[in-house]
Amino acid sequence: MSAAEIDRTLQRVAHEIVEKSGGTKHLALIGIRRRGVPLAQRIAQAMRGIDGVDVPVGILDITLYRDDLSKVAPQAVLQSSDIKFDVDDMDLVLVDDVLYTGRTIRAAMNGLFDLGRPRRVSLCVLIDRGHREMPIEAQYVGRNIQTSDTEIVEVRLREIDNEERVMLVDRKE
Amino acid sequence: MTPRFRDLLALEPLSADELTFLLDQSKPFQEIQRHPLKKLATLRGKTVALAFFENSTRTRISFGTAASRLGADTMNLQAEASSLKKGETLLDTAFNLNAMKPDCLVMRHSASGAPHYVARHLDIPVINAGDGTHEHPSQGLLDALTIRDRKGTINNLNVTILGDLQHSRVARSNIHLLGKFGCRFTLCGPSMWVPRELEKIAAGTPVRCVYRIEEALEGADVIIMLRVQTERLHEPSISPNDYILGYQLNAERLKRAKPDAIVLHPGPMNRGIEIAPEVADGPQSCVLEQVTNGVAVRMAILYLLVTGAAEDGSHPALQVPVEHNRRATDRVPAKKDS
Repeated sequence: MSAAEIDRTLQRVAHEIVEKSGGTKHLALIGIRRRGVPLAQRIAQAMRGIDGVDVPVGILDITLYRDDLSKVAPQAVLQSSDIKFDVDDMDLVLVDDVLYTGRTIRAAMNGLFDLGRPRRVSLCVLIDRGHREMPIEAQYVGRNIQTSDTEIVEVRLREIDNEERVMLVDRKE
Repeated sequence: MTPRFRDLLALEPLSADELTFLLDQSKPFQEIQRHPLKKLATLRGKTVALAFFENSTRTRISFGTAASRLGADTMNLQAEASSLKKGETLLDTAFNLNAMKPDCLVMRHSASGAPHYVARHLDIPVINAGDGTHEHPSQGLLDALTIRDRKGTINNLNVTILGDLQHSRVARSNIHLLGKFGCRFTLCGPSMWVPRELEKIAAGTPVRCVYRIEEALEGADVIIMLRVQTERLHEPSISPNDYILGYQLNAERLKRAKPDAIVLHPGPMNRGIEIAPEVADGPQSCVLEQVTNGVAVRMAILYLLVTGAAEDGSHPALQVPVEHNRRATDRVPAKKDS
């Protein structure tokens, strides 16, 4: 996926979210660290172009809510979450780069519900690569990609990686 | 590289980078203190042993709260009710606690070095919650976090510490931590509590001892009060009235410090003895922020040390061979070769 394709995809997704939510009144985006954050910010910017409204964007670090701490990630480094608005009765859209097992999203929802009681939570991902281990689906999908377990979907974004593309690579043994 | 910690026994051996890392890792936990729902499940199923061989209220409650907010359970040992009174050795008590399979041991002891001694014989992480007159690492960290939040930095500050320096592990942890960030120290109190040797406590850190409070406060950015520890003295060597007259921090004296100076106190405060009520409750006082930050710092410490221990009990940071031989009675799983 090229930079231009990523850009078009995010524009489309922004339109979809506004349409399905019936406007942006109670809408807020929550970017999941790390690459969900710039994606959420870009979707919010696209929404400004559609509705002329600033949709609040929050940042969620899910490390403390993971179910695999101390197994694969001993002393995992924490980063701050930054959600400045009240999530009660909001329509929240979680934003992440890749949807895979669904465990990240499970953790993110636990984190969100510690902050309050949103009216609705939906999920937006740039890539859905399948192989779910949880009953979790995304309402807004940039692109579905067929993958095998041995492959890795590498999303690179200019804000974090200084380049912009999505690649499917083989896991290095 | 991200620092790794096995135990937290003292701040003196830690580098500025490691200390910064610990302070940064406390930040997410400060946020959680502001959440409506403060309980996490991060350490669910883990047990934190709290062994306080010396009395403590604040630190014990703070560690207990930190553990429960992370979802861990606690087991409590308190000096009065313990078999120490019946003659059990420290190491036997530690082995017995360890046999109940906690994932971490938080301990306070009146003997300097006691947590180091226990840590050498246990495979689980040990956290020093204050040992004798040596160190109180979590207090040093929470003080630094409080200072950093208020002043925006912990670099190159003038820090004045007032009170019983001789017996204070809090002061030692403060000096070892803040000294690594270029802070300059002025220690002040009655001369029998402020021995000149303290000027050489940390190589490379400027420390001076003065005996007039007015001089000590001149130009201070941070003032750390210490409690007058009457229980540590066999007889009071200075009367409360003389102490108030000579060393109490009151509003008039505080004016000698910089206008934006902040005042810290590790608690419990002897209100009206070492600190005047108008200072304790004034806008420059940070004492309650310190208490709130204490829970955040201790959550960060427990999080890092307990998630650092692998499922089989061997600790990843233990890949360096430990130089001390284990005792035959010490039946802990052999550590994994890496």
